[in-house]
Amino acid sequence: MDAILAGTLLASTLRVATPLILCALAGVLAERSGVIDLGLEGKMLFAAFAAAAVGTVTGSTFVAMLAACGIAVLMSWLHGFATVTHRGDQVVSGMALNIITYGLTAVLAIAWFQQGGQTPPLGEDVRLRPLWPGAGETFGVIVGEGLLGHDGLVYTALALVGVVWFLLYRTRLGLRLRAVGENPNMVDAAGLSVRRLRYLALSMNGVLCGLAGAYLVLAQSAAFAPNMTAGRGYMALAAMIFGRWRPVPALAACLLFGFLDTIAVRLQGVKLPHIGEVPVQAIQALPYLFTVVLLAAFIGRNVAPQALGRPYVKEH
Amino acid sequence: MNDHTPIPATSREPGPPLAVRMAGIRKTFGPVRANDDVTLDVASGTVHALVGENGAGKSTLMSQLYGLYVPDAGTIEVFGKPAHLRSTHDAIAMGLGMVHQHFMLVDTLTALENVMLGAEPHALLLRAERMVRPRLQSLMESTGLRVDLDARVGDLPVGDRQRLEILKVLFRGAKVLILDEPTAVLTPQETQHLFGVLATLRSQGTTVILITHKLDEVMRLADRVTVMRAGRIVHECGVKDTSPAQLAEAMVGRKVNIGRPATTGVAPGEVVLDAKGLQVVDAMGVTRLHGIDLALRAGQIVGVAGVSGNGQSELLEVLSGLRTPRAGTLRLAGETFAPTRWLTPRTARRLRLAHVPEDRHARAMVMDFAAWESGILGYEGLLVYSGGGFLRRRRMREDTRDMMERFDVRPRQPELASGRFSGGNQQKLVLARELGQAPHVLVVGQPTRGVDIGAIEFIHGQLRKLREAGCAILLVSSELDEILALSDRVLVMNAGRITGERPVEACTEAELGLLMAHTEVHPEKAEAPA
Repeated sequence: MDAILAGTLLASTLRVATPLILCALAGVLAERSGVIDLGLEGKMLFAAFAAAAVGTVTGSTFVAMLAACGIAVLMSWLHGFATVTHRGDQVVSGMALNIITYGLTAVLAIAWFQQGGQTPPLGEDVRLRPLWPGAGETFGVIVGEGLLGHDGLVYTALALVGVVWFLLYRTRLGLRLRAVGENPNMVDAAGLSVRRLRYLALSMNGVLCGLAGAYLVLAQSAAFAPNMTAGRGYMALAAMIFGRWRPVPALAACLLFGFLDTIAVRLQGVKLPHIGEVPVQAIQALPYLFTVVLLAAFIGRNVAPQALGRPYVKEH
Repeated sequence: MNDHTPIPATSREPGPPLAVRMAGIRKTFGPVRANDDVTLDVASGTVHALVGENGAGKSTLMSQLYGLYVPDAGTIEVFGKPAHLRSTHDAIAMGLGMVHQHFMLVDTLTALENVMLGAEPHALLLRAERMVRPRLQSLMESTGLRVDLDARVGDLPVGDRQRLEILKVLFRGAKVLILDEPTAVLTPQETQHLFGVLATLRSQGTTVILITHKLDEVMRLADRVTVMRAGRIVHECGVKDTSPAQLAEAMVGRKVNIGRPATTGVAPGEVVLDAKGLQVVDAMGVTRLHGIDLALRAGQIVGVAGVSGNGQSELLEVLSGLRTPRAGTLRLAGETFAPTRWLTPRTARRLRLAHVPEDRHARAMVMDFAAWESGILGYEGLLVYSGGGFLRRRRMREDTRDMMERFDVRPRQPELASGRFSGGNQQKLVLARELGQAPHVLVVGQPTRGVDIGAIEFIHGQLRKLREAGCAILLVSSELDEILALSDRVLVMNAGRITGERPVEACTEAELGLLMAHTEVHPEKAEAPA
């Protein structure tokens, strides 16, 4: 029983954490380059819708994922157009994307599919399948099902943590991205284009958000439902801040949030000694409460990129 | 006070090779003519000083040379080749390099990473570093610019950061080095070292363009000097053929006198402010002031010299009531204050202590407010300004206009936003406001930071006048010249301690420099500078 519990907890933690990881990495890239990205939520939601709609029409997983990434990148560019090109307020632009997406996806879903905002369920052949279906029998519950029982996107997300880390800390591009988030004047003086670097970061950010949205539809559930992201974009943002804008600690934060979410589901209807049955809402609020407490306790030092949120104005 | 050992320029034949030629440069920003038909020739292998007051157009001119602005008219040639500089990238490619006044460094990166940025020879950082490191090391050997390449820039002292900036520029192959006010943040010793390096670079064939307003530096280092005023070139000559007085006159357009005037003859009066054992610990638990004792007498200016960040700011905050110390006492106008009930800015005003903050933008004005609003800020509670809770706007405007008149604030427009005035005029307005209440004690930080020569002269005059009126003044300044020009007594602060105290007659710049910079006086102290 313990092994089964551990296995399912592990599996569920990874599943819940995957979109968070992808979004948090997207946030790390954008914010390290100096662009606040509150639009993670909206991009993920629109990407989920695109994946569902295109998946339904074409029946192709690949095209669905491509559409998800495409739409998220477009939204990133829109964010960039507003904030990098025209130096608009980054928080306002991000929130605007979220609000527009919230309404627009529902409207489009109703108009195109007439199912009260939902899209038709995707067929098994379109959805993502576990990479190693037989792993559970061979390796047991914990390793086989908990670790090896997932689809490719879960492992991709985990691998991307390493990729983003390597990109940021071991490559020339990463050095430039980190620098442009700290001191864009210097990057400009060094003869590099601040604008190009920030757009580049936003493009990569879009791809990652697209994958996160696609995962929601292609792996977690089979269809799009209005507001199906349900605040995951903000959770990812919190994980990124909690991880101090670094990929590996952000991964840890995402896993923690995933684990808390899993526990919350497990604890539904369970009677605790002395307390009795804990209301589901209270448990579901746990990750958020945790976030607030952790942020308040650990973010005393100034670790955010210095130029975060400040549009770059070329003059002095 | 400085050793006149200008290394002779490379012999100037009839047609010396020109490193930079800017001809007929014109640049306007809206109605402002920042550069008006400016022509500048800089001979190769020389140090060419460019001097002028703030807003004279020096920085605009150099920004065009460095590709940050494109001139409206005129041509630029670099080493005889016409240069169309559309971006800093173009400028770097032509062999130009600029060291900005505000360092262009990323604090969270290492020194090495900062140097490489934008010129990384390989896409993988480790490889790139391996290629860059030996080249940098030999560059450090040949120039004397030594920096710990693996230290985080945020941990490096200011002098090191500047050396790093120069290294960065040279690493990119700059043959013309543009330095914007390089000594503003340095101690005299660091300045000495920098000038040694620049002389070495010159002897190796590098051309240096030095933007400055410190005329003694021009005399010490430069071969030629160009003076700008109001967007035009008003004077150009060899350094050997000129004097600081002549240059100052050219800069301002009239005779100026900033040196120390004959002694006032006013005997210092009684002690009006007496602080003992002031100790300040900041939020990070670092002790910023280690038991400072300080007494101010009526009719006396006490100057506090020191490199910024050695506790001067904390001292100002404690004495003006902005910060409560951990320990210590303060006697002011017959009242005694202890950490349990410290002076507040409001009490300070009641006890006739005025404060001119060192950070004008943060503490002295609200830049978006009209001048007449900033002009009474802090005194809006006075009955003449607010009766029954309503602002008496007409009175405020009138008084501001009056202050502008008395302190020569230009333009005389009380409706103009505070931030639209030049630094000097902002400072004059703040000074007018604080001096307007006839204080008995004045605590003033960096009164002439970012202020041009004409305004410096005026502000110094006002401070002297106030002293003659019997006010006790504490002057904190990172400009040694200013301390020496104004003070009766000089204190030197270093790492939160007073490391020396002298009557001004007994001060030499070299000795003060030592007190400011090093552990000469306190060899037992081992902490790192803040």
